[in-house]
Order: sequence, then C-alpha cells, then structure tokens
Amino acid sequence: MKKILTTPISFDDIKDLRVGDVVYLSGYLTTGRDDVHRRVVHEGLKCPYDFKDMAIMHAGPIVKEGEKNIMVSIGPTSSIRMEADEAEFIEKTGVKVIVGKGGMGNLTSEGCKKFGAIHCVFPGGCAVLASSHVEGIENVYWRELGMPEALWVMKVNEFGPLIVSIDTQGNNMFVENKKFYAEQKIKCEQPIIDLVSNYMEVEEQK
Amino acid sequence: MNNEEAKKILSSTMEKFIGLAATHLPDDVLAKLEECRAKETNEMQKTLYDAYFTNLELAKKLNRPCCQDTGLMHFYMTVGAKFPYIGVIEEALSDAVRKATFSVPLRQNTVNYFDERNTGDNVGERIPWFHWEIEPDRDDLEVIAYFAGGGCCLPGNAKVFKPSDGYASIVKAVFDTVSDLGINACPPLIVGVGLGTNMENAAVLSKKAYLRPLGTHHRHPKAAALEDALKDGLNKMGIGAQGMRGNIAAMEVHIESSGRHTADIAVGVNVACYAHRRGVIRFNSDLSYEIPTYKDAEEYMKNSKSTEEN
Ligand code: SF4
Repeated sequence: MKKILTTPISFDDIKDLRVGDVVYLSGYLTTGRDDVHRRVVHEGLKCPYDFKDMAIMHAGPIVKEGEKNIMVSIGPTSSIRMEADEAEFIEKTGVKVIVGKGGMGNLTSEGCKKFGAIHCVFPGGCAVLASSHVEGIENVYWRELGMPEALWVMKVNEFGPLIVSIDTQGNNMFVENKKFYAEQKIKCEQPIIDLVSNYMEVEEQK
Repeated sequence: MNNEEAKKILSSTMEKFIGLAATHLPDDVLAKLEECRAKETNEMQKTLYDAYFTNLELAKKLNRPCCQDTGLMHFYMTVGAKFPYIGVIEEALSDAVRKATFSVPLRQNTVNYFDERNTGDNVGERIPWFHWEIEPDRDDLEVIAYFAGGGCCLPGNAKVFKPSDGYASIVKAVFDTVSDLGINACPPLIVGVGLGTNMENAAVLSKKAYLRPLGTHHRHPKAAALEDALKDGLNKMGIGAQGMRGNIAAMEVHIESSGRHTADIAVGVNVACYAHRRGVIRFNSDLSYEIPTYKDAEEYMKNSKSTEEN
C-alpha cells in the first residue's frame, strides 16, 4: 500500500520511516534552495513561509506567471549544495521533510536525528511526472530572489515517489553507499585488469 | 533551391526534430531500459523504473521535454562532400536551436565564459557545438543531435597514461568515473570510452563511443571483449538506477579508438544518463529526410509546426 504523508507532518508520522522506504506527499510542498538557506541561516532573516511541520523541496521551477501562476516544470536540484546550512535550517524552521536530488552529508543526517526530520530523493530526470502531481501554486514569497530561488508554495497530491535517504535515526543512505561502492570497485575491477594484462603484447600477424 | 531557401527548410525541419528528440527517447534506448528494468529485483528499484517510464509516457503525451535539463545542443555531423548546402548548415542549425528554445521549450542553459550572463536562447560562443566529418563521395548529411545535460557532463574526464600503466589504466579510469560522480548522473548509464594518442582525441572518441547505436561492438575482438567485461563488471557493483543500490549501473559500455603513440595511452571516459536524448536525422541532397531513431517520428513531424510555419 502507498504510504502517504499529509502536511502538517508530525514527528510520529515519520519516526518509523527508514532509509529506502518509499513515500508520497499530499498537502503543501514549498521550494527553497541556495538563497533561501542563505537568508535564513546566514542573514538571520525570518522565513516568510512557516515551514514548521511542513515540507521543503530543493528545486528551481519554471513557472508561467500571470493572474494565476502555473507550474510548467519542476525537478529537484542537487541537495548536497545545501549541506552546510541544512541542519541549522531544520533547527530554525522546524521543517519535517526535505525533498531533493542525490544525497546529503553527515551534517544533515545529524540534524535530522537531533531535530526529527527526514531527507527524501525524488528520481532525477522525471520533471513531467513531478509537475503532474502539482495541483497549483498557492503563494510565492521572496520573489525578488528570482524565479528559481523564490519560495513557491505548491499544493500537491501524492507527490512522489520519494525515497527516504536520511531517516530520523540519522541513517544516511548515500554516505553508506559511497563506502560500499568504494569496496565494490576494488573487487569488481580486478578480474578485468587480469583480462587485459596481456593486451600490451604484440598480436600475431594473421 | 538556393541557399536561403535551403537554410529555411533545414532550420524549420531541425526545430521540429529538436522537439521530437527532447520529448522522446530513441527506440534502442527504450528497449534497453526495459531490459534493465526487468533485471532489477528490489522494490525501490522497481519504483524508480516505474517513475522513469511514467515520466517518459507523460512527456510524450503532453509533448514536454522528458527531463527538465535539456542541456546544451551538440551536433555530430557526417556530411558528404557533394552535399549542396554545406555553407548554410551551421547557421540553419543555430537558428533551429534558438527557435526551439521557445517553441519546445528548452531550458535556457547557455552562459558564455567571462560574460557569465545567460544568452537566453541556447546559442552562445561555439554553441551549439558542431563536430564535422566529411565523406568524399556522398551527397547527404547525417546529423546526430545530443542534449548534453549538466549532471551527465560532470563525470567526464580524459587523462594520458604511461605504457607501463598498461590497459589496466583504462579499466581503472572507467570504474573511477562511474563509481565517483557517475552514480549521480542518473544511471543506468551509457559509458563511452575513447582511446587515443592524446587527451583531446581520446575525449572526442569517448563521445563518439556513446553516440553509437546501443549494443554495437568495436571491430576488434579484444576491444569487444573488453566492452562486455567492463559492462558486466560495472553491473556487479550493486549501483542500480539513480545510484541507489540495484543491479544495473550501465546499459552499455562502448569503446572507440585511434592509433596511439608508442609512448602514451590516452583514455577518455564520458557518461550519458538514462535520458539518452540522441536523435539521428539524415537529409538527402534535396533536403528530404528520414529519422531512423524513433518509430513514431513521421507522425510527430507531420503534426508539429515550426515557428516559421506557425
Ligand atoms: S543526468 Fe540526465 S536525466 Fe539526470 S537530470 Fe541530468 S540530464 Fe536529466
């Protein structure tokens, strides 16, 4: 059965989720990336959108602006760029679910453990799928930061799949995988190195 | 037909073709992705492949670029020396990119160095990128269009080794590239390996390698054996779609080579992501054309209108 998280999200909703679990999000999902983190964490500005018990997406969307703003395309951007600031962002805002692309590092997993949040990955290169789960744009804040950097408040319906990459215990899928792949590499390349060990020898003329 | 007319036709056909290639994956890539999907066993991987395929279907249905990163346009061209409109090709293709940026639309990704300002229409200094090859006795033009996305260009590298490093240097370069940044380039990947005399020809060959139809092999049996061994080896690492632990890291590994200096082994490794937007179009000398890479190309081209036609 589909596991659906609906905003507002409580700690109880996410405490039993573990890395690798697949969830979907209904309710509100609000974009925020480099500049939003900088303003909140480094410049000490109060975030005009209250992220408490809500969800943030690292993304720079394409919005067709008019009387009604329309989401044309939304795909996650690499979360790792927010690594330096994310733990403090969670602490300051109380955000519960972070959606992005690729993993985040140990600073964020410690933040998730301490303040009770999770990081999830939306599959890369699936922008049309993502926008098909956006029902509308309800609001925009800090528009002066430019379209990709502004806070776009989206109403979403079963937005996903979202794969948990950091859970509330601080388990971190991508950090673990990195170690795993480094070990695997040595094992998997050796037989091929053996295969080509005589490739420098002169081929016999046919 | 004079050059002006030819330019208009080329540009208008290419604008529609860019739309086709941004919204669809080639038939061989789709078939390969299906094969990869069938080899994944864990639930998370199945979910990822479901997302890939649903996204591709929606892209087709809604006529939208399947990935938000439509990259920068690269054109790899083989032109017959007797093709009558050689002089207008670059202008026509740049015009097509400019128009497609708004009509498809493509994401505005192009920034010139030092200006550091977005050009707004995906035409910039030496962009679109043109790579020419000339065939002496032919009178046609083949264009391979490729959308070079940011994430899949990031892992690429080329390096020159000493002969004492041997062919092992090639194997290590491939594994290093895939296991480091390659896992973030939306696997399953197509890995292009170029072997040359120096850094830049190895790099160019690595690109030509991943542009080859999937599953074709290098003409030399030892190279072909290495292509298969590298693919199998990468697929034992447990990488899977999106680098999130599964069975298939690479759809294919392709090698292209040139002669080398006795004193060097030059290796280029270039990866292409699962959204391998590589479209082929062939123009005859009268500018009639065929598109071999998509089975529904004819229908798409018939129903689509270029800016000029609108
Ligand atoms: S790596 Fe490819 S599929 Fe993934 S986001 Fe970049 S262009 Fe899209």
